[in-house]
Amino acid sequence: MTKVPDSEQRVKFYQTGTFTVGNRLLDEAQRTVQASVERANSLDSGHRACQGCGEALGARYVVDAALRAADDQLIAANATGCLEVFTTPYPESAWRLPWIHSLFGNAPAVGAGIAAALRARGREDVRVIAQGGDGGTTDIGMGCLSGVFERNDDVLYVCYNNQAYMNTGVQRSSQTPPAARTATTTVAGSEPGNELNSGKSVPLIAMAHGIPYVATASVNDLHDLEYKVVKAMGFRGARYLEVFVPCPLGWGSRPADTIKVARLATQCGMFPLIEAEYGELTAVTRIRDRRPVEEYLKLQRRFAHVFAPENAHQLEALREIAERNIRRFNLLPNEEAAP
Amino acid sequence: MLQQIEGSAAVAQAVATCRPEVIAAYPITPQTHIVEGLGDMVKRGLVGNCQFLNVESEFGAMSVCIGSSATGARTYTATSSQGMLFMMEAVYNASGMGLPIVMTVGNRAIGPPINIWNDWSDSMAARDAAWIQLFVEDNQQAADVHVQAFRLAEAASLPVMVCMDGFILTHAYTRVDVPEQAQVDSFLPVFEPRQLLDPAAPITMGAMVGPEAFAEVRFLAHYKQLEALDLIPRHAAEFEAIFDRDSGGLLKSFDAEDKDTVVVSMGSVIGTLKSVLTDMRQDGSSIGLLSIRSYRPFPKQQLSDALANARRVIVFEKCLAVGMGGILAADVRMALANLSIPIYSVIGGLGGRPITQDNLRRMLDKGVQDQLEEPHFHDLNVEVVHRELERLRDIQRPGSSAESILRDIAGADAAARGSR
Repeated sequence: MTKVPDSEQRVKFYQTGTFTVGNRLLDEAQRTVQASVERANSLDSGHRACQGCGEALGARYVVDAALRAADDQLIAANATGCLEVFTTPYPESAWRLPWIHSLFGNAPAVGAGIAAALRARGREDVRVIAQGGDGGTTDIGMGCLSGVFERNDDVLYVCYNNQAYMNTGVQRSSQTPPAARTATTTVAGSEPGNELNSGKSVPLIAMAHGIPYVATASVNDLHDLEYKVVKAMGFRGARYLEVFVPCPLGWGSRPADTIKVARLATQCGMFPLIEAEYGELTAVTRIRDRRPVEEYLKLQRRFAHVFAPENAHQLEALREIAERNIRRFNLLPNEEAAP
Repeated sequence: MLQQIEGSAAVAQAVATCRPEVIAAYPITPQTHIVEGLGDMVKRGLVGNCQFLNVESEFGAMSVCIGSSATGARTYTATSSQGMLFMMEAVYNASGMGLPIVMTVGNRAIGPPINIWNDWSDSMAARDAAWIQLFVEDNQQAADVHVQAFRLAEAASLPVMVCMDGFILTHAYTRVDVPEQAQVDSFLPVFEPRQLLDPAAPITMGAMVGPEAFAEVRFLAHYKQLEALDLIPRHAAEFEAIFDRDSGGLLKSFDAEDKDTVVVSMGSVIGTLKSVLTDMRQDGSSIGLLSIRSYRPFPKQQLSDALANARRVIVFEKCLAVGMGGILAADVRMALANLSIPIYSVIGGLGGRPITQDNLRRMLDKGVQDQLEEPHFHDLNVEVVHRELERLRDIQRPGSSAESILRDIAGADAAARGSR
């Protein structure tokens, strides 16, 4: 990672036990957007997200950082889903920027339309962000998303990935991990939970489009999340950011554990943090304190059944996913290996 | 300027004079030539700073239109048939948000059996989507009504479909006086929306509305359409004052006044009907024609006034509500509920079946003698239908009929060739 330019702070400081960079110990210029009293607070208080909602946290940091990068000249398009429902119970709205919700599967195309209108009207100083959950993005919105990517429309698309359709009551999406329990992959039969060998990586699909910037981030490292948003805003054209956002309701985890669950997902290799430019991998976040997959799974009731002796093969399959991620993205610390 | 020109090219030129700022294009027959023409003009720099997006689907097309219209850009797209169905969720969304998008519908049948030819099934599928739907009779009107459509959409804050018969109009080369830029500029003001996505004044669009207010929002959509009943004739009159052409309006009478029989229809078949009815009047029939030009909003009162002295009405339409009958006929009956006269429903031209002067004359000769069954399927091959029903009687399992009908017709053709 080269988030701090070499000319600046060479010594990094980390908060004890978390390996998160301590904000107060950073240069002023490197400090997080949320540390500033002048932050946009684009997603205002009073919205109706659940306790411990990873998506609400992620969205606030993403949109605030994007606003700062765009000098407040930003318009947002939002897919149907939790983020839309809990922020805009009419006549209330938690959004403090121009914001439009159209449909479940069309936020990327609505964003493209906004960008086209701004170009036609000579207002390219105004930037466009489009956002949605994993269902709205990687399932029903996949066609529109791919269209935005291949046309290289000037839109930053942010997918808040909580690995299922939470707004409708926790049904399986293409991002639901193997073996996980959802309302449509119940703990029943000889293969309880979600099918093994299913799902897809949309960051890799985005990379295959050769778009200027693709990154994954997690709410456990908000400084890294902001850094990636700001970096994404430095490019013109299509950009894709996938943010890992635990859902206590859907995952059966304690609301107070959202950050811990998110951190363990990256530490065990289940959610790799990567960056890519024009289709080429440019950076990965190395795992500093590798944790076993079981530690991540045990905090979530959706995986409780994989610890039953008869489901040992499911646990093994999940371990295998983490191992494959670690190999594929070279996630273990190794000074000699190139990222 | 007078040109001998394809209908689609005339529409493309007319749309270009409206100074669109964003065009979303996705190919589907028979509207494709329109967006091809516009794409070429945009690429040559003839349409200002217009952005032309080759999108990935009709759903994407309408979604791009929603984003651009909400950001204050004059926005256009076109579709047909399956494309209309594929974009339908976004079609409802555009009207629900009051976005003044203009869309050409090159009217085409909906399959299966897959069929690229003309009928009105696509527009009728969007009948209740709260869009204004204007039908045109010929390519002069097609060009002119697009200019009026942008004016109307922006005045009413509603999206507008201009419905033109696929192939019959879109692909026909006829003489069209294509609207001149200076004339269009004097008719169509600059687009200035009441609200738009703008960082200088942030708004939230597309918020959730519950039972406490949904009925009122829907009522207002209806109310705005009824207001358009005043706007449409006013715009047509202003248009005529500038362009010296009668295009648009709610409905048009062709010798319908004080006639015993009045035929009611829409679109390009009006031209054919005009010439058949001229013949019939020369042969002594008291028969006239009424063309519905604004299908949504439906001019109930104007229709009722125009038909006050009619003794019978024959509604001819290129669409079918399966399990019910005529769609336009149902609207006409509702409009004429206060008149106790027979209203006949005739369904024809489905999937591009030719409507000729001869077959119309045969049907209308029966019609004026009150001999049409309800509903009447125009030019239906009754023998083929009976044979298929006969075959199905012995097979008590579900399945498609399209293939066996085609086999039947091919077999009958071969038999006819053999006997020759």
